[in-house]
Order: sequence, then C-alpha cells, then structure tokens
Amino acid sequence: MDDLIADFVAECREMLEALGGEIVAWEAQPDDRARLDNIFRFVHTVKGNCGFFEFPRLEALSHAAEDALADCRAGRRVPDGALVSAVLAVIDRIGEMVAAIEAGEDMPSGDDNHLIDALAPGAEGAVAPVVTAAGDAASKASVAPRTIRLSVELLDRVMSTVSDMVLARNELARRLRESEGDVHVDGAFERLSSIIAEMRDAITRTRMQRIENLFVGLPRMVRDLSAELGKQVLVDVEGGDVELDREMIEMIRDPLTHIIRNAVDHGIEKPAERLASGKREIGVLAVSARQSGNQILIDIHDDGRGIDGKKLVEKAIANGVIAKDDAAQLSRREQLALIFEAGLSTAKEVTAISGRGVGMDVVRSNVERIGGIVEVDSKPGEGTRMTLRVPLTLTIIPALTVSIAGQHFAIPRSAIEEIVRANGESVTLEHLGGAGVATIRGRRVPEVSLARILGLDTNVEEKDRTLIVLRPAGGDVYALSVDRIHDHEELVVKPAAPAVMATGLYAGTTLADDGSPILLFDPAGIAEVGGVRLEMQERTARIAEGPSAELTKATPVLLFRALDGGRRALRLAVVDRIEEVPSSAVKETAGQLRVQVGDAILPLAGAVKADIGEGKIRVFRLSDGVHEIGYAFAEVVDFATIEHDVIHAERPGEISGVSLINNEPAELVDAHWLFSNHVGAAVRRTEQLVCLVPVWDPWMQNMLRPLVEAAGYRVVDDPQDEAADVVIASLGEELPEDASGKTIWLRSEPESAGKKDQSIYRYDRAALLMALKTAGSGRGK
Amino acid sequence: MNELLLLVTIANERVALPAAAVESVVELEALTPVPRAAPHVAGLSALRSRVLTVIDCMRSLELGTTDCSDGIREAAVVELDGHHYALIVDLVEDVVESLSEPAPVRASMGAGWERVSHGMVETEQGPLLLVDVAALVAGVTEAKAA
Repeated sequence: MDDLIADFVAECREMLEALGGEIVAWEAQPDDRARLDNIFRFVHTVKGNCGFFEFPRLEALSHAAEDALADCRAGRRVPDGALVSAVLAVIDRIGEMVAAIEAGEDMPSGDDNHLIDALAPGAEGAVAPVVTAAGDAASKASVAPRTIRLSVELLDRVMSTVSDMVLARNELARRLRESEGDVHVDGAFERLSSIIAEMRDAITRTRMQRIENLFVGLPRMVRDLSAELGKQVLVDVEGGDVELDREMIEMIRDPLTHIIRNAVDHGIEKPAERLASGKREIGVLAVSARQSGNQILIDIHDDGRGIDGKKLVEKAIANGVIAKDDAAQLSRREQLALIFEAGLSTAKEVTAISGRGVGMDVVRSNVERIGGIVEVDSKPGEGTRMTLRVPLTLTIIPALTVSIAGQHFAIPRSAIEEIVRANGESVTLEHLGGAGVATIRGRRVPEVSLARILGLDTNVEEKDRTLIVLRPAGGDVYALSVDRIHDHEELVVKPAAPAVMATGLYAGTTLADDGSPILLFDPAGIAEVGGVRLEMQERTARIAEGPSAELTKATPVLLFRALDGGRRALRLAVVDRIEEVPSSAVKETAGQLRVQVGDAILPLAGAVKADIGEGKIRVFRLSDGVHEIGYAFAEVVDFATIEHDVIHAERPGEISGVSLINNEPAELVDAHWLFSNHVGAAVRRTEQLVCLVPVWDPWMQNMLRPLVEAAGYRVVDDPQDEAADVVIASLGEELPEDASGKTIWLRSEPESAGKKDQSIYRYDRAALLMALKTAGSGRGK
Repeated sequence: MNELLLLVTIANERVALPAAAVESVVELEALTPVPRAAPHVAGLSALRSRVLTVIDCMRSLELGTTDCSDGIREAAVVELDGHHYALIVDLVEDVVESLSEPAPVRASMGAGWERVSHGMVETEQGPLLLVDVAALVAGVTEAKAA
C-alpha cells in the first residue's frame, strides 16, 4: 500500500508541476479549452485515486472541482475569473495535502467547505485562506522529486558503455596477469572490478521495465475479442510488477498476444457450451508473470476446452509431419508439442482471429530467438496452460567457451544439457552412413562434428574430443563434438554483422578476456546446418532412453561368499580385478593386515588373521581411483543387481545394509567405509566430508562431481545448505566470502600461470584426487 | 562540392573512399576467422573493445585474396547500420579534396569495380574512382542474390 501511495504522490507532484504553467495561462484566458482539459484531467485523476486510498477530504475537493469544470466542458457554464480563482485555490489545497501525505504528516487543518462553496456558480471569491498556507506548502514542495525521466536512448548508451567497460576490465585483467603483479595494483584492480560488476547490475536494472506495460493492454484486447466471438472471458492478470529488460518486453509482445488470441478463440468455449459441460458461463483467462532465477516465467492459463492431443496427431499424420508408426509412440506431452509444428491447427474453421495454421510455430521460433522456451500443458475439457520462459536480459549471456582447431567459440550455457567425453564410460560414438550417432547412457543422440560443419581441420582424434549435449530452446537434443572445452564466462554479446549472421551459425560476437573476438554459436542454427532432424530424433532419443533409465536404477553388484561364510555383495564399480595370492603374502604389518599383490602392498579387509589358512586366498582389488585395498573372499557367487530396497545398517561399519539379491538376503559391503578404515589413519573419519561444487557450472556438475563423490565426498550445490569442507571453483571465479573450507582452484590450461599458482589443471585427475584427499584429511584429524 | 576523400590502394588500384564514412585507419593484427561466412569476410578483429568485421576488399571485388599471412594489414574502419567493418586495403595514402561531383565512368571496368563504383571524381591527383563502401561491405554474394 505504501508503494501505491508513493506512486500516487509522485504522480500528483508531477502533474502539479506540469500544471503550474497551465494554470497561469488558463487564468489569463479562461475560455482556453486545452488548458481547461488539462486541469480537468488532473482533478479527475486525483479524484479517482482518492477513492482508492480513502482520502475523503482530497476526494471531496477534487470531486467538486471536477464537477465545476465538467460543467464548463459541457458548455453549461462559462468559466470566469471567480471560477478560475476557486479552482486554483482547490488545486493549491490539493498540493498541500499531497505534500502532507508525502511527508507522512496529518492533513493540513482547516475547513475545505468554503473552497468548495466558492466553486458554485455566482459565488464570490473566498480564496483568502489559501494565502496563509502558501508559504508553508512551498517549503514542502522543495523536496527533491523521487524520480526523473530519462530517454531510453541515453540508457542504452550508458548500457553499452558499461559493456565496453567490462570488456576493458577483462583486458586489463589479462595484462595484469601477464605482468609481474604488484599486490597494491592487484588490490586496486579487484576493487575496480567489483565496482564495475555492481554498476553493471545497477545499469541492467535501470533498463528493466515492469511487465505491466505489456499486460496493461490485455484486458481490452480480450474484451474486444470475446465480444467479437460471442464469448465471455474474464481476464485475471497477476505479477505485473515483475521486471524485465525493456527490449525483452518488446520481443515477447507478439508471441504473448498470439497465445492469448488463441486461448480466447480456440480455448474458451461459447457460454452455452460451457454451461452444457458444467462450467461457469464466463471463461477465465489467467495471465501471470514471475521471476525464477534469471528467467521470467509467463503463464497463460485458460479454463477452456483444452487441446485434443489425438486430433493433433491425426492432423500431423495427415499433413505428413510425422509418420504413423512414430505417432503411436508419442507421449501426451509430445502430442501437445505438435502444436508448434508448422502448418497445424486444430480449429475446425479458419477465423479471422487465429487458426490460419501459421501461428504457434512462429510463436515458438520468436521466443526461441531470444533464448526462451514455450511449454504447453493441457487437459481436455479443463483448459490449457502455456508457459513462456524468457531470460531476463539479452545482452549478457553466460556461456561456455570451446575450441576447435585452435579457434575459440562460445556456446550459450542455457542450451547445454551435459558435457561428456567421447571416449568416456557409457558413451559410444558410431557412424552410420557417414553420420555420427552418439549413445550416451543408452540414449541415441545425433552427433554433429563442429570441425566438419565449420570446415576446419583438427588434429584431435575423434575419440579424444568432448561431446557437448545441446538442447536448443525447444527441446531437441544433439551432441556437438569439439576439441576442447575451456571456461565458463559471462559474455557481453553484441549482434554480429549481417554477413556473419547470414551463415545461420552464430548468435553474436563478443570479446574474450584476451581481447580477441569470439563468435557465439546459435545452437539451433548449428543443428540446422548440421542437418540434425530435430523433431524426429527427439522421439527416437526418447525411445532409446526408456529401457536404459530402468537399468540405471539397478546397481550392478558382485555377489560373493566371504571367508566367514557370509553372503555379501560389492558394488561392481569399485572392484578393479580379482587376484589369487598365496596365503604367505598376507602379513600383519604396522598394525594392520596387508597383502602383497605383485609389487604392491595393499591393506587387506574382509578377513582376520585367523581366517587365513594355508594355500591360496582370493582377493578383490578395490580401487577408489587413488588407493587400492584388498578384500579377501572365498568364492564369487554371481553378478547381480540390487533391485530391491536396501535396509540400511544402524551403525556405520563394513556392512552398509542388507538387500534381497537373487531372492536371498545379502549384505552390502560399504566400500567407502572400507577405504576410510584401511587407507591410513589420516582419512579415518566418522562423517562424510562435504564438498561444494558450483551448481551452475555444467562441467563441474557433469564431469567433476562423480569424481568428487567417488573420492568420498558428499556434494552440495548451495553454500547456504551447510558449511562445506572443500570448495571447488574455477580459477578467476569469485567466491562467496564464507568459503570457510579449503578451496581447490581449477584452471582450464594445462600449464600453471606461475609459481604462485596453486591451481590444478582440471583434467589432472591424480592431482585433483590428491587435493581432495589432503583437504579431507586436514579436517579429518 | 568539396568532399574529403581518403586515398587508398586496393589491388594496385588507387581509389577514393568518402572520408566522412571512414572512422579511422587501423593496423589489424590478429584475425579471428569466421567459418562458413561469405568469402569476402576475412574474419573478426577487435578494436578498443569493439568487434570489427574485417572485409577483404580484393575478394569483395573478385580480384583475388589479400595475403594476410604476413601479419599486420592496414584497414579503414567504417560504420554501417550500427556495425563496424574494417576494410583491408593495400595502402592508405592521403586525404584529398574532391573537385567535382561523381560522374559516371564511361569506360568499361571490371565487374567487381563496376559493382562498387560510385562514379569518377576529379581531384588534384587526377581522376579517381569513388568507391561505395556499402557495396564493398556487401560483397559479391549479396549482390548476386539481389
């Protein structure tokens, strides 16, 4: 409410200032119609707002003035000097009251009746009391206005200057890194950096506009539309105070309008039809906006008849958009997604408002062009919900830099689903008729070789490349193979020249830290140029995905009989191999049972000294990537999977729980506990260590996280969740102040920047594991 | 009309660019190639935190390719529709004053020159071909499409 009052006061003040000149001119020429209109508008606005806020005195005053002026406008009364004076007195009083409201004071005392009476025709001037208050009011009015108006052009200029400043800072950062650093200079630069970042934030916000500007025209549009169509629609607009980049608002105006037209035209039924299906006569169209992270979600929900998925599919088959066989396998969601196909419209007849068969496909492509997504959800008979997801701003894009044949490019992070190594586990790359198909955990994904698309020669073997799984806005996955991935950066993206855009591959240009230009890819454009058949492949991807999702739920284990006769299981992944050694190789040394396997001496678990008889014993070699331990056992029973629930052990120990495996209970060996208890005292710990891995960084999440988890850490995403023992961060990234634990810095270059550089090359697995281990042991003690 | 002209050499030919259109003359160092772009787009370069689209004038005129391998090239920076372009030229010579309005060249020039010609202007250094910067930037592909 306070906000609204502040707005009201600001508006009144602005109008009063503008009116200052008008009033004087009107006084000189009481029959000037234009002036009269302006003054009338003012008192009218004040009256309207007062009713809302309960300022009865203000309302009475403005109402009286409005009446008098309305008479003049209607020609029932000729404005004369007396009326002008009376109106002026009223306006002055309004000014005083507004000032009082603003200052949070009580209303100026005094009776307004004489002012109102003075407005009556034939009344003689009773304006004297005003004069006494005038001085008082003037002093209050000198308070500086809360807002000023700026031209958008100026803001754009400031914005682009700030963008340049960010780039200049980046360059300076690079030069500072190259030269031998002076601590004071570095410190000053850090400060400058943070100021610039703050400034960029602030400037970005100045360009924000309330989405209200977009929503304000909707009720009227819907009213006109529904009247034309003989329907009754109630519009419910919510979230108008959500702010969005000014440019963005313009970009979503058309798609939003189109969706709403569709909803009224096709979604909401005629009153009779609604009544027949047991709904209220009046359809409800709810439009709401909210912010979620750095995205704005706009929901358009109608309670109409919904989208008939079957009809859509029939139509799609008839139009040759999909094959009949494929159609049968579509999920409900995919059926609905057909609405975005070109040339589909379920409306029986084409109307002037929508349903020309061009529309939703255009809506989608428009939204995708600005990095947004359109989603649709619908229940037949209950209504349809369309959701637009758009980024907050266009100019600064988080991106991943990659290289191919030595040249760097950027990929918008929003499109990246995951990053995998071409030769990694659960990834296979095959060629079918020259086209690449990657199978990533059972999911078939078309592979696009960036080198081939760009016509660049690369000396990186195909198997050594990195696959970036991209989902261009809209939802069709493909894998882009690149030589290397480098870094995550926030890039200030500028449109590229038409000759560059004409390739269809790029979304813009930006400058890297080192000042060299980088091209930003348009993921959808690459798919198109790369010849990925989008819609079709999404469906096959899903089909391949189905069974594999089942598989991943079941953990493969090795079922064995322990020396003590227990039926146990070890997760297959931790078992490196099985060795057979003579019992003489098992010795108790340094307070622990150890086994010699070849040249290595491993701690031995799964046995006590008494268990070791004569002859040979069999040992699992377990590995966590750094350490190995042996686990003695009697015989391997089977390979199996854990399909049933695991009943967890009450206390941490060698056995983490019990589960039914091949219909018999088996104990699950806790490999983590084994390692923590057998690999030196340093890593002995009672609770799992916590490692913070940035959630926004796909590389970290997809590539690093499993490694960190394998090293025995519990990974958290949010520093707020709990204090982390170890924080992993990319070099150059800003850390929250309270990075209480030890930080492991990762750099993307194999070579270190100098002796002072404590960072670790991100693919130096051994060093990483070592760092994780030392960080952990430091705390464990 | 005393328009100022920038005297440059492209493909061993002395031509004039309208000096008003030229923001600056720079020496380009590293070029970032733009794969799949039109052949006359030599690449991208950065100038004071701005990205320049570098146009190889020789290619735009279909007169061969400028050899960029030896590193530094001179280029004239122009702005068109909000985008900045660097036009690679052999040499930037001088600024001269035009002494006449552009007049049609009545002799037959090469196809490339014909396309970018704005006509002939008289200067103290003799008649020069006035080059249409926009046509030079557009290159041959767009011209054909049009």
